Formats: sequence, C-alpha cells, structure tokens
Amino acid sequence: MVRVLERDSELRRRAWDAAASVVDPEIPVLTIADLGVLRDVVLDGHHVEVAITPTYSGCPAMNMIALEIEVALERAGFHRPKVRTVLSPAWTTDWMSEEGRRKLRAYGIAPPQASNSRRALFGEQAVACPQCTSATTELLSEFGSTSCKALWRCKACREPFDYFKCH
Amino acid sequence: MRVANIQVSETPLVLYALRRADDALILGHRLSEWCGHAPMLEEDMALSNIALDLIGQARELYSYAAKVEGKDNDEDKLAYLRDVRQYRNLLLVEQPNGDFAQTLVRQFFYSAFADLYWRAMMASRDTTLAAIAAKSEKESAYHLRHASEWIIRLGDGTDESHRRAQAAIDHLWAFTGEMFAVDDGERALIHAAIAIDPGTLRGRWLTTLSDVVSEATLELPQTDWMQQGGRSGRHSEHLGHLLSELQSMQRTFPGQTW
Repeated sequence: MVRVLERDSELRRRAWDAAASVVDPEIPVLTIADLGVLRDVVLDGHHVEVAITPTYSGCPAMNMIALEIEVALERAGFHRPKVRTVLSPAWTTDWMSEEGRRKLRAYGIAPPQASNSRRALFGEQAVACPQCTSATTELLSEFGSTSCKALWRCKACREPFDYFKCH
Repeated sequence: MRVANIQVSETPLVLYALRRADDALILGHRLSEWCGHAPMLEEDMALSNIALDLIGQARELYSYAAKVEGKDNDEDKLAYLRDVRQYRNLLLVEQPNGDFAQTLVRQFFYSAFADLYWRAMMASRDTTLAAIAAKSEKESAYHLRHASEWIIRLGDGTDESHRRAQAAIDHLWAFTGEMFAVDDGERALIHAAIAIDPGTLRGRWLTTLSDVVSEATLELPQTDWMQQGGRSGRHSEHLGHLLSELQSMQRTFPGQTW
C-alpha cells in the first residue's frame, strides 16, 4: 500500500527512517512501521508530510504518535513536518509485519490472526499462548487493556495473556 | 460565565453527519459513565473500550460535518456548544444506563443496527462517509458480539437477571423505530447514493434480534407504537442532564484546552 515515489531519494529515506522509528506508546516493542500505521512519507524540498492511519477510531495513542513523529523528524533535521491522518483504506492487522508479529509474541502478546477469520470470530478460534505456545486457551474478555487487545488465558500454563485482536 | 450556543447551518449532508455523530457521542458518553462502576473488571474495560470506539467515530463524523458546513465550527464546538434542542441523536442512546441489563439491551438494539448500517455505508458515494464506515464496521462487529453474549447470559441466567433483561427490552423497544425513519433531506441523500435507506436493514435487524432474544429465552414486544423526536431535537429530559455534565468544562472555561 505504500506509495513508491519517483524521487525516492536518500533524503526521503532519512525522513522515512525517522518516522518509522516512532513506537506505539502502549506497546513499545512495536514501531509504527511494524504496525502498518505509517502509510506514506512525502518529501517536497525539505518539507515532509507523513501519512498515518488510525488503528481504532478512538485509540488515544494516535495523538501521541502524531506528536512523536513530529519530534522525530525535527530531530532528524526536517523542520515543521506535517502529519496527516488518512482513513481510507481502513487499517487492518494484515498490515502488521512478520517482524512485528515476532516481536509481539516475544513481548508476551499473542499476535493477530488473518483478518478473514474476523467474521468467524463469532464462532470458535484458537489463539496460541505466547508464553508456552499451547493451543489450549480460552477467551476471558473480548476487550482488554487497550482498544486493540482482548484478554485470554492459557489452560496449560494458567497464565493470562493479551491477544492483539485481528481487525 | 455563560457561553453562547453555536449556530449550525444544517444542510442535508451536514445534518446527516451530525445525527450519526450525536448518536455515537451520546451513547459513548453513557457507556463511559460505567467506568469504575461496572459489575466486574472485564466489563469495566469492555464498556470503556466501546465508549472509546464510539467517541472516536463521533470525532470523525463531527470533523466531517464541520468541514462540509465550511464555517467556523469544529468537532469540539459541535460537541460542546450546542444545547439540547440542537442535538440530533436517537432517543434510544440518551436513555439512562439504568441497571446493567438496561445498558446492555440499549447497546444490543443499537449495535445490531450499527453493524448493518456501517457495513452498508461502505458503499456510500461520499468517500469520507465510506471511509468512516469501513472503520466503524469493524468495531461494531465486536460491539454486537459483546452485547449479544450478555443478552443471552442475562436472559438465560437467573430469574432475577431474566426479569430485568425482559423489563429492559419492554422499556426500550419504543425507542427503536427512530433508527429506521427518514425525512426529506435524507431521502435526497439516499437517492444520490450518499446515504443508505435504513428501512432496507430492518428485516435483517429483526432477524438478529429474534435469534439472540429467543436463545436468551426472552421475548420481543408485539407493539408497533414508536416514540420519535430525537432527530429533530425533541429529546427526553435525560439529555439535558447528560449535556450539563459533558459540556460543563467548556461552558465554564470557554476555549480551554489540555
């Protein structure tokens, strides 16, 4: 989905890397690039505009992420950067990178399953425990510690864990 | 200090966005009243999370309404500086939380509609409304599942939870008709494929309700009489009290920001 600019220059790469270094304040092991929240970086001369897409409509982390992108770009030498929110196409957990999924699991959060299983959420689904990898788990609550997570428990190791909901 | 209400030029599209924004904000505010008071921790988090989704949807819809209006208004002014008679939400969403059953039945009636509504609105010719719909549709699927599970659990639970769930259904039923009503302005938007005709969703909405309610060993009322007025600003007494809390900061300290 990321637009490849003709002027894909060294300067733009620097801007992209700076923006991509920003982490989700709620899940600090994930960068916004891992999450797929970072959609585009457009360079016009020295002026940078970054496009991000919100995960959930009311996610309070988005304001903070926008602010941190501005700070990161200022630090990298881009003055008065702009952050633009794009709603369409709507963010999906399918945009989360493999690296992001691996980091999530290592952090103790079960990564999202493919989004085509979302409507099937109305039935059963198997989420592997990020601690002991057992597939014998149960849903405790559809809504967890943040908008994007549900609360699960492993029946094998008895540990509760967060599951990053597919969306 | 008294702060004057803003005026809004309610063209059909502005009014359309405003009505949906008001639904989401008022219901979100109602749910947020449970924060710290829900019967269990998981529910406290669930209701607060749903509130957050709804308030997020409201922000996008208010911003769009302000943009279409093209005047000096913005999302904050639309939320904080309109009085009861200027609010355009459904009567259903402003009804008090009551007991837990009443909150969940209200949520169930609304979410069963919202889920169908947003899915259909993804095909809107208005690209902003379609984008908001694509986002909201994913959230409303979770909201509906959560509410449905509770209706079954309460209805098919103890005698007391069954009695309360049925009482909530009987009480709130008369506020559901408004979801399917359209006026001339909306009819024009439907004709232009910007809006969808909510009447076409009623059959599927009823099916969802019947399925869940019968599994919950509860019953839907047989009455057809429906209360209306919210869409044109004629509200129940409850909305004024809600707004006095929601707006108190901006009314007391005009223009305050964090």
